[in-house]
This record gives sequence, C-alpha cells and structure tokens, in this order.
Amino acid sequence: MAGLFWLIPLIPGASSLVLLLAGRRLGRSRVAALASGAVLASLLLSIAGLLALLGRGAEAAAPSKMLLPWIASGSFEASLAFRFDELAAVMSLVVTGVGFLIHVYSAGYMAGDEGYARYFAFLNLFTFFMLILVLASDIVLMFVGWEGVGLCSYLLIGFWFDRPAASKAGLKAFLVNRVGDAAFIVAILILLSTVGSAGLAAINAAPAAGLLSPGLVTLVAILFFVGATGKSAQIPLYVWLPDAMEGPTPVSALIHAATMVTAGVYMVCRLSGLYAASVAASSVVAWVGALTAVFAATMALVQNDIKRVLAYSTISQIGYMFLGCGVGAYAAGLFHLVTHAFFKSLLFLAAGSVIHALGGEQDMRRMGGLRKRLPVTFPVFLIGALAISGIPFLSGFFSKDAILTAAYAGGRYVLYGLGLAGAALTAFYMFRLIYLAFYGVARGTPEAERPIHESPRVMTAPLVVLAVFSALAGFVGLPAYFGRRADLFGRFLEGATAEAARHPAPSIEVVLAAAAVLSALLGLGLAFVFYRRSPDIPGRLTLRFPAVYRLLVGKYFVDEAYEAVVVRPLVRGSERIHERFDLAVIDGALDGSAAAAGLAGKGLNVLQSGLLRDYALAFLLGAVIFLGFLLI
Amino acid sequence: MIPPAAFFILAALLFVLGVVAFFVKKDLLTQFMAVEVMLNAGNLAFLALSRPAGRPDGQAVVLFVITVAAAEAVIGLAIIVLVFRQRKSIRTDDLKGLKG
Amino acid sequence: MAWIVFLTLSFLCVGAVVAMIVSRNQAHNALFLVLAFASLGGLFGLLDAPFAAAAQVLVYAGAIMVLFLFAIMMFNLRRPEPPEKKRLRTVLAAGLGFVLLLELVLAGYRALSGASAGVPAGRDLAHLGRLLFTDYLYAFEITSLLILAALVGALALAGKREGD
Repeated sequence: MAGLFWLIPLIPGASSLVLLLAGRRLGRSRVAALASGAVLASLLLSIAGLLALLGRGAEAAAPSKMLLPWIASGSFEASLAFRFDELAAVMSLVVTGVGFLIHVYSAGYMAGDEGYARYFAFLNLFTFFMLILVLASDIVLMFVGWEGVGLCSYLLIGFWFDRPAASKAGLKAFLVNRVGDAAFIVAILILLSTVGSAGLAAINAAPAAGLLSPGLVTLVAILFFVGATGKSAQIPLYVWLPDAMEGPTPVSALIHAATMVTAGVYMVCRLSGLYAASVAASSVVAWVGALTAVFAATMALVQNDIKRVLAYSTISQIGYMFLGCGVGAYAAGLFHLVTHAFFKSLLFLAAGSVIHALGGEQDMRRMGGLRKRLPVTFPVFLIGALAISGIPFLSGFFSKDAILTAAYAGGRYVLYGLGLAGAALTAFYMFRLIYLAFYGVARGTPEAERPIHESPRVMTAPLVVLAVFSALAGFVGLPAYFGRRADLFGRFLEGATAEAARHPAPSIEVVLAAAAVLSALLGLGLAFVFYRRSPDIPGRLTLRFPAVYRLLVGKYFVDEAYEAVVVRPLVRGSERIHERFDLAVIDGALDGSAAAAGLAGKGLNVLQSGLLRDYALAFLLGAVIFLGFLLI
Repeated sequence: MIPPAAFFILAALLFVLGVVAFFVKKDLLTQFMAVEVMLNAGNLAFLALSRPAGRPDGQAVVLFVITVAAAEAVIGLAIIVLVFRQRKSIRTDDLKGLKG
Repeated sequence: MAWIVFLTLSFLCVGAVVAMIVSRNQAHNALFLVLAFASLGGLFGLLDAPFAAAAQVLVYAGAIMVLFLFAIMMFNLRRPEPPEKKRLRTVLAAGLGFVLLLELVLAGYRALSGASAGVPAGRDLAHLGRLLFTDYLYAFEITSLLILAALVGALALAGKREGD
C-alpha cells in the first residue's frame, strides 16, 4: 500500500478532471462525495506512507518513484518523479487531512450555490497541484505545482466571477504572485546552468560540493525567497491576501491559511541546504518573517471585517514560520505550519459558520451576542483563538514557543523581541474579534435578528475535529524541558532538513515560555478591557491618535503606493504602447496592406481603358520583351 | 550583289514604321493600313532570307501571305463598315466598349 | 548599278510610309501606300523573286489598296484628326519601336551570319510551281478556301439587307 504513494496527487487530479467534464450532470451529493472521497483516499495513502516511513530502517532510502521522463534536452533533464520522505509526509498529511475536512464542510457551505460542481472541481484541482508541489523530487516539477496552485487560487478567489470585486481580487492575486514567480524562475535557471541538474537532492548538496559559489548560493536563495514572499504573502508581496477574502470562506481556509500560502515555507525547508549555506539569505528570511509578523498584526488590530482580521493574522503567522526557518529551526517552522493549519482553518471555517448563520454579514461591528446562539461554533472558535494566542497547553503554544526559543538561543535577540511583541498583538486582535462577535449585545440590523440557527452537522463536524487537533497537536512536539526524547516531531524530521537550531538550557526555556505566555495574557487582558469592560476606550483612542488610526486602517497605504508606483505606470505604458504600436504599427500594417491592395487595383484599372491603342501598346511591349529574351 | 542584310535592315525599318504608324494614327482605317505595311515588311524579310538559301520557298510563302492579307483586308474592311454604321465613327478612341 | 536601284527603291518606299504617317488625309495615306507597295514590288524583283514582285503589284498595290480607297470614299470623312492629347502614348510607342528595331536587326544579323552573300542562281518559276503543288499543297488549297470564305463573309457582313 505504501508503495502506491505516487497515487496521492493523481487521485484528486483524476476526480478533478471528471468533475470538470461531467460535474454538472452528476448531481450535488455525488459531486461532493466524489471530491471528498478522492481527498480521503489520498489521506489514507498518506497515512500508510507515514507508517511505512516510521517503520523503516535507518539505511533504507525514502521511497521514490519516477513516473515519466519529461524533459531531456541536452544536459538538462527533468522528470515526473515523486519522493515521499519525512518532510513530504508531513506536508502531505496536512494537505490531505485538512483538505478532506474542508471538502466535507464545503458540501454544506456551498449547498445553495450555482457553481457547485465547478467549485469542487477546482478544489480537487488545487489539491492535485499542491500535492505535486509537495511530492516533487525536482525543482521543475515543484514549480509546476507552484504555478498550478497559483492558478487554482485565481480560479477560486474569483469563483463568483460576476462580482467585480472578486474578479479583481483573483487577478491581483495572480499578478502579484507572478512577480514572485519571475524571481523563482530566474533562480531555477541559475541553478540549472551551474549545478546542471534539477533534482532537489543535487541542489541541496551543491554548495557543499562546490558547484555554487557563496555569492551565487545567496543570490539563488534570496531569489527563491522572493518567490516565497509572493506565494506566502510576506513583505513586500502580501497585498493580494486580504483581497483574496472575496472568495468563498472554505477556500480561504484551505488555500489561504493551511496550504498554498505555506508552500513558501515548505520550499525553504526543502532547499534548506542552500539556506544553511548562506547566512545572509537566512537572515533575510528571518528578518522579513519577523517584520511581517509584527507589521501584519498591527493592521489586524483595526480591521472590521471578520475574514480580513484572519487574513492579516495568517500573514503574520506565516512570518513566524519564516522566522523559525531563518534561524535554522526548520523543524520549528514546520511545526508551526502544521499547528497553524489546524487552528487557522478552524478559525476560518468557524467564521464561515458565523457568516452563514447571519445570512452573509461579515462586519464585526454588526455582530455581537452570538455566544449563546451558536453553541457549537462559539466553543470551537474560542479554542482556535486560544491556540493561536499561544495559551498553554494548546498546540500554538508549543509551536510558537519552539520558534521563539530557537531565535533566542541563536543570539538573535531583536528577532526574539519582535516575535514576542507579535504574540501580544496576536492575542489582542484575536480576542478583540471574540468579544466583538460573540459577546455583548447584538448590534446587527433587524433582519439579522431573525432566529439564527447553528450550522448543519456537515459543517460543524469538521469544526470539532479541527478543534481537537488544534488543542492536542502540540503534544507531538514537546520542548526540551520535558525531556529530549519528547520532541517526536523534530526527531521524525531529523535529516530531512539542514536543521541547525540550538537549544538553550532547560531552565532558560521555561523562562522564555513564561515570557511568551505573559505576553499573550497581556494582549488578552487589554482586549478584555477595550472590548468588554470599557468599550468606549477604542473610540477615545481613535480620537486621540487619529493619524495612527488612519495609517493602520489604510493598511499603511501600501496598496496605494503600489498602485501609484507600479500599476498605474504599467497601465499607462501599456496604453501608450497600444496606441503607438498595436494600433499604429500592427493595425496600420494590416490596414495599409488592404489599402495597398485597393490602390493597386485602382492603379491597374488604368490599364483597362478600353482603348484599342493601349492594348496594342501592351502587345508591343510584350513582343519587345519576348524578343529580347530570345535574343539574350 | 546586294547583301541580304541590307534588305533585312530595310524590312526591319519598315516593320517598325508600321508599328509607329499604328500608334500614331487614330482612325481605324489608317491603322489597318499600317497593319498592311507590317505584313509587307514581313514579306520582304522572307524573301531576303530565302535568296541566300537558294530555294524559292520564300516566294511561296510570300504568295500565301499576300493572299491571306487580301482576304483579311476584305473581312476587316467589312467589319469597319459595320462599325461605322453602328457607331457613326471610326475614331479608335471612341470605341471604348472594352473599358473596365 | 544594282545598288542605285536598291537605294532609290528603298528611299521611295520608306519615304512613302513616312509620308503616310505624317499626312492627315486618309486618301493621301492610301495613295502613299500604293507608292510604297509598288516600290516594294520592285525590291522583290531585285531579290530574284519575279513572281512575288508581280503578285505584289497586282494584288497588293492594285487590288487591296483600291479596296481601301473605296472604303475611304464610302466613309467620306472630312474632319481632320485632333492632335494627340497625351504625349505618353506616342513617346512610349516611339521608344518601344526603336527597341524593336534594334532587336530585329540583331535577330537578323544572327540569322544571316551563317549564310553567305553569294547567291546561287535563283531557281526558276517552274520550280516554284512544282513546290506549290507538292510541299505547300495543303497551304495552297486551304488558302483558296480562305479566299472563298472571305468573299462570302464580306457579303454576309456588310451586304445590303432586304429593305435597306
């Protein structure tokens, strides 16, 4: 069974194809069953693969399988080949596991929608590409998956394509990603010309083998990271993610929380050989991650749309993951990726449940008092919020702590400080959300006062499952003060990455953990004060510091800056080229040739004068020429 | 003896004069006469070339040419008469039925 | 001696044709042409082709040109032609004519370069007659048919209709 791991991407791919071609004819329940079943099959295969990896001996190589030789051009070879090592196993489980739950949830959430079959087809297609990305054994195939998930993201963000905001958001996501992808491609090209092979193992070994000079290693690593900032929404290419909330909420949960946006983190871990070899590149990764973590958290403080809070939260949390990878703690970064997948998708799906119950309301200022009325959604939401805030002993606590500890132990105190500050902000904005949405008096419009019902079981069941995982998943990665052997996760991943995290003394670890908890409690407490005890404080603060408030609400005007500096010149330049070249040259050439034909016709018309003498002249001319040919 | 080349040059000259006459003149009748000139030039050329060959074939050909020219003149003039009856003019520039 | 005759006849012929080109009067044109054909007949004689000479004078100068004169009389055109409006046609024709002249001379030169100027004695008329009825028999018979057709055709085309 484990030998069939190469089917893991292909089963959702096949089901996607079926749904694309014949989905409309199958009927809703069958569509949902097929789509979810496909992902479930991949999940089971992933579990089998995991068991096989756990059980294998130390010398056995990770199972790999080549399906097809794909490109063989000169010295460049790329093939459709998969490899199921520990890193791939973790990612595969996350993608298929969370993916399956979200498929089930979607069956309920999207029940009334016109494009039901199309939705599930795209969702399956996304799963297919994401799994290809994760299981690829060479970088070109990984890039195929990379691009493919970008495409599916575009398709799913703009799923309700008759909404102009959704279409624009989809396009924005795709285009911003493209910028990152350009850097990715350049990096691939550099690698191909120097290392000569596209295989990931070869690439990771290249710096040590001397095939890449240190300068080139840094360059390539940074270029790949630029691609990651696009895909994983970090500074400077994060601007597409908040807008991506125009898509259906389960899409936000799957793609923009748990899987696609984490592809960048996975990529950095996969190419850890490069990052380990370049201190400069790793520093870039860590700093960008830390700064993004804080930067995005500040914007989440003032958002009024429930999904946008979660979007900025995602950007912030991924920053933590990169922070971990940047200081060499790849296992910690991945651990946070896993726990974040659980609690963030939980939060998104629960938010979807809230929105569903309120008939589409997403503005938190019009929510309130939902605690009693949504008896399943509220508890799971609370669990998710506690987890993300790093409250002991939920999963987020362990994973965030691992990252911060690694930063501190590596002597990167500023980064540690940023991470700590971010933890406080995280707790604050999460509980702000909780208090605004679930506590207090219902502030909604009269229509929303109609009887609200909890979501159907098909939607609440996945929520519960995710809540359980969010709570308990931390226990596979216990920190060192529980004993060295307690970090199952880290030990499982040993050897899969160029892990370089240092561990401080257990006593210091406890202190660091306490500091993190205090920071979180600080945030939580402030939120309590601001939004439960004295709800007038936020208003007063806004009046006291209007500029700060405007800056935050305006998202630091980054979008506007991009619009002015990049988008508008491009658009204007394109228009100018359109006028000068498209219309003038190309159309001109076309019209010109048509006009030339007309002119030629008119010109030749002169010869058809009807006069005998002109025709005779033509005869004479012909005779002279002919005679000339004969003589010469 | 007069070299055949001399006759030939004369024949060429006459032919070209006939051509020029055809283009200079603007009434059908005179243009027809120019055609006759051209035919005669051809005759002269035939004979000029036949003498050195020592065979009277040139004369035979000339006989045929003259005969055919006569027949052609007859028919041609008949047609010109018809055209005149129809259009009341034999100015070639007026006969523009083929225009376009 | 022969040269004088040749040159005289040539000049006469060419001069008559040129005069035909220049003159605007159609009757004059026809008469000039008669002169030209007559001198041409003389030139045929110079070429040891007495039969051709006779045929030329009798048929061409005598019959065909008379036919032309009859046609001219019938049309009774008095208006002179207006001068040529567009010079291009004349220039083009003249130019092409000149080129044609050169080409023809060249062709003739090539054709004649093999043959000698000397002339074996022109075979006599009897030989011509024999030739007409053996090698050129078909041409001979068909030509006579052609004349008949021309005769009938002319009548059919331009003859008076009933009641004209």
